[in-house]
Amino acid sequence: MTAIVAEKVTVRKAKKAVLQDVSFAIQPGTVTGLIGPSGSGKTTLMRSIVGVQKIHGGTLEVFGQPAGSKMLRSKLGYVTQSPAIYLDLTVRQNLAYFAVLARASNKQIDEILAVVRLTDQKNQLAQTLSGGQQARVSLAIALLGDPDLLVLDEPTVGLDPLLREELWSLFADLAAKGKTLLISSHVMDEAERCNQLLLLREGRLLWSDSREALLKKTATSSVGDAFLKMVKGGEKS
Amino acid sequence: MMYHLRITFATATRILHQLSHDHRTVALIFLVPCLLLSILWWLFEDSRATFDHLAPALLGVFPFVLMFIITSITTLRERIGGTMERLMTAPMGKLDFMLGYMIAFGLLAIVQALLASSLLLYVFDLDIAGPDWFMVSVALCDALLGTALGLLVSAFARSEFQAVQFMPAFVLPQFLISGLLMPLDKMPELLETIAYFFPLTYAIDALNEVALHADLTDNAWRDLWVVVGCIVVAVLLGALTLRRKS
Repeated sequence: MTAIVAEKVTVRKAKKAVLQDVSFAIQPGTVTGLIGPSGSGKTTLMRSIVGVQKIHGGTLEVFGQPAGSKMLRSKLGYVTQSPAIYLDLTVRQNLAYFAVLARASNKQIDEILAVVRLTDQKNQLAQTLSGGQQARVSLAIALLGDPDLLVLDEPTVGLDPLLREELWSLFADLAAKGKTLLISSHVMDEAERCNQLLLLREGRLLWSDSREALLKKTATSSVGDAFLKMVKGGEKS
Repeated sequence: MMYHLRITFATATRILHQLSHDHRTVALIFLVPCLLLSILWWLFEDSRATFDHLAPALLGVFPFVLMFIITSITTLRERIGGTMERLMTAPMGKLDFMLGYMIAFGLLAIVQALLASSLLLYVFDLDIAGPDWFMVSVALCDALLGTALGLLVSAFARSEFQAVQFMPAFVLPQFLISGLLMPLDKMPELLETIAYFFPLTYAIDALNEVALHADLTDNAWRDLWVVVGCIVVAVLLGALTLRRKS
C-alpha cells in the first residue's frame, strides 16, 4: 500500500494559498526529503499529513485512510520544528508519559534514550538542556512505539555533525525496516541523503521523484543546483 | 476503555510531576486562600457576626478564582508549547485530556479546601450552624468548578494576555451578582435573573445555607447538585471545544 497519497492538496491561510494543488505519492520504506526555503509551506504540508491542519481542497490519504483518521494516530510519530516537550519535566518523565500514549515499554524508553544519546541526561529537567538536546528529546518521543510513519520537521537543525551523521543512518535503518520517513529541511546537503525528494516553493510542488531522476533531468550534480535550475525554468515558462 | 483510563491517569500524574518541580506554585495554591481568609478575620476582628457570615461564602470564592487562573494558564502553555498539538496527533481522547487535568487539580483542590476550612474552623473558631463537612464539600466543588471553567475558556484564549483577562471578564461579574454583595431578592430584576444562570450564585447560596441552618436544607442540596452539574457540563463542553485541526 502507498504510504501517502496527495491529490491537488490546497491549504489557504488568511485567503492566501499556502499550498496549491500539491500532488505526490510516497512509498513505504523510503526516506523522503521535503526541501524548500523557509515559508514555502513545508510545515503546513507536514501538519496536513499528521491531521492537525484543515485542508481546503484536494484529498490526502495516509496508509489508505484520510489524513487525521483516528486509526492513523497510533501509527505516526511527529516532530515539530520547535521541540514539543514539557520543559518542567525530566527527560525520562517526558518519555514515560508519551510511552503510555504510544503503548511503549520501559525497556524501549531506555533503548531510545541511548539512540539519541541522552542516557546521561535522563534525570535532568528538560529546561536545563541545550536546544539541540531538547530537539533530541522531541525526536525520542516520536520514536516511541515504533510508528510506521515518521514526519520530522527539521530534526537535525543545530546538531553536532557527528550526531547528525548518526541520526541519518538511523533514519536509513528505519526505512530499511519498512518504516516511512518524511523529513523536511532547508539545508540542501541533507537532501543528498534522501532517496525521494519533494521540492516545494511558494506552496507549489516543483518536483516529486527520486534524487537521481532530478539530477539527471536538470543535468546537475547537487540538489542545490537542481533546485535553482527548476526555479529558473519555472519562471521562464 | 482501559487504554483511555490509563492515559487519563498518566496525564494526571504527568501534571503532578510538573508541579512537583515547581514548589512555589504548589505553595501559592495552598497558602493564598489561607492568607486571604486570615486578612478577612483580622479585618473583622471586632465584628464576629460579619466574619461568620462572610467567611464561608469567601471560602467558596477564593479557591474558585485561583484554580480558574491556574488551569487556564497551564492549558494555554500546553497549547503554545506545542505539546497539545503533539497530543492531538496521538491516540489521546479529548476527554482523557480534560479528565487528566480534573484529577490532578482536583487532588490539589482537596488539600487546598481542607487547609482553608481547617484554618477557619479550628484557628479562627468560625461558627456555622450546619455541618462542617458540607461546607468543606462545597468549597471543594467550587475549586473543581474553577478548574473546569478554566479548562473550558482557555480553549478560546489565543494568548496569555487574553487568558489572564478572562479572570476579571468571566469571574468578577459572577462574583458581583452572586448574592454576596447584595441579597438576590434586592437586586434589579434582570440582574437577579442573570445571576441564576451563573454557578457561583448557587455555590455561595449553599455556603450561606450551611452557615445559617443547623439541618441541611433542600436548597443547600439543590445548590450543591447545580454546582456538580455545572462541573460535568463544563468538562464535557471543554472536551467538545478542543480542536484537533486548525
